Amino acid sequence: MSAVANPTRAAREDTPRSSQAGAPVVRLHDVHKSFGALKVLDGVSLDVGPGEIAAIIGQSGSGKSTALRCINALETIQQGTIHVCGHAIHDPGLDRRALRRDVGIVFQSYNLFPHLTAEQNIMLAPTCVKGMTKAQARDLARAVLSHVGLAEKAEHYPEQLSGGQQQRVAIARSLAMRPKLMLFDEVTSALDPQLTGEVLKVMENLAREGMTMILVTHEMAFARKVASKVVYMHRGRVWETGTGAMLDDPQTPELRAFIGNGL
Amino acid sequence: MSYQFDFAALLPYWPEFVRGLWLTLQLSAMATVLGFIVGTLCAIGRADGPPAVKWAVAAYVEVIRNTPLLVQIFLVYFGIATLGIRIGANTAAVAALVVNVGAYTCEIVRAGLESVHKAQLEAADCLGLSRVQTYWHVVLRPAVERVYPALTSQYVLLMLASSITSQISAEELTAVANRVQSDTFRSFETYIVVGLLYLLLSFVVRIAFWLVGLGVFVRRRKLGTAL
Ligand SMILES: Nc1ncnc2c1ncn2[C@@H]1O[C@H](COP(=O)(O)OP(=O)(O)O)[C@@H](O)[C@H]1O
Ligand SMILES: [Mg+2]
Repeated sequence: MSAVANPTRAAREDTPRSSQAGAPVVRLHDVHKSFGALKVLDGVSLDVGPGEIAAIIGQSGSGKSTALRCINALETIQQGTIHVCGHAIHDPGLDRRALRRDVGIVFQSYNLFPHLTAEQNIMLAPTCVKGMTKAQARDLARAVLSHVGLAEKAEHYPEQLSGGQQQRVAIARSLAMRPKLMLFDEVTSALDPQLTGEVLKVMENLAREGMTMILVTHEMAFARKVASKVVYMHRGRVWETGTGAMLDDPQTPELRAFIGNGL
Repeated sequence: MSYQFDFAALLPYWPEFVRGLWLTLQLSAMATVLGFIVGTLCAIGRADGPPAVKWAVAAYVEVIRNTPLLVQIFLVYFGIATLGIRIGANTAAVAALVVNVGAYTCEIVRAGLESVHKAQLEAADCLGLSRVQTYWHVVLRPAVERVYPALTSQYVLLMLASSITSQISAEELTAVANRVQSDTFRSFETYIVVGLLYLLLSFVVRIAFWLVGLGVFVRRRKLGTAL
């Protein structure tokens, strides 16, 4: 039991893509988080370097979303430290607005603003937060929309778009703020397989362009192919970590069981 | 028993009716705009303010919703006078109507605010919008759109209820009617005419709300669907 109790980075060190030259973009150290009596993160440590793609996998309820939300200061932690793009998230004096400029997040449920068109959804933050003019923001919106292959949907309202298209607009909305780090929380889980593909393709392009990303996903094939680091979470801990190859040769019975069930 | 209708007796008074009609419309319009602002701020305060504000708004809403409008009007009218501030009956009427409709607006808009999903607020937060920006761009428009029919009814009611301000001698439509019928002794005819004029006003208010809705709720205008 104790042999696998804390197997953090017990696995391999062959990380081909991790250009660990620079300081990590994200560093979690011994993060503990509880909701009341429920311990959800139990000493999570994790480094993500510039340009790295970290995929977090694990059973439902293992704390993946919570970890992501802690990274984006949407939850407060009880113990440990989190550094994101030079911001100390655990510090009560955190400048949230500055953090928001560096980090984009996309959720499973898209969360587009229903009363605004795709373009207006994207224009909102650049005008409100960065003080862009409407014209500048519109040009930007068109640019990021074509980036996700939706240039012709600029004037459409969310309800006129498929789930996959809405999710791509949500990604474009985040990208318009030019973040240094993108977080994705099961962004394809609400989509059927065909629509999943179009969203994953957008994310793959982003990865190729060098965006640092942390994604919670159930798409094992995608994690294996795109991620430079795969993180298996179990019971609020980083149970096993490695490259995509880790999925072919799990070291812990828990990950083996998870992969067995998941595929 | 046959009653001889004599509407001709009212004819000389038509300029007064028009003036009363116009004033009713003005009072209602002002009370509507100000009442909407007051009510919406109260709704936000109650939903999202510090405890003291929540408590104060709750008390205000309950007091207003559980006392007669006529009493509120007298309290505002004489209350302001006691403070040594001299204002006209019309201004006092607007103030009283705002205090009244603000409370009802608060409750209606609050329901609208609650209909906006927490995830929307979180998305706005994650994009870096401030709280004020979030309310303005993300929360208020969908919230108000969802309760717009209820708001429309409330403000039609407000326009009709403004007739009570004749009690503090605001010179609106009902006050004109009261005077005309005592001059002409044609009470039945007078109130028939006034009733028809209020019907007309209700229609005007509904049209106005419909037009404003078309202008503000662009998505609804284009797609024709509810949020
Ligand atoms: N806001 C919350 N309040 C209470 N419990 C929560 C809250 N958010 C998550 N949890 C609980 O924390 C645990 C981990 O949740 P989550 O991080 O969403 O897991 P995952 O994303 O891996 O499925 C679950 O048991 C969940 O019920
Ligand atoms: Mg989750």
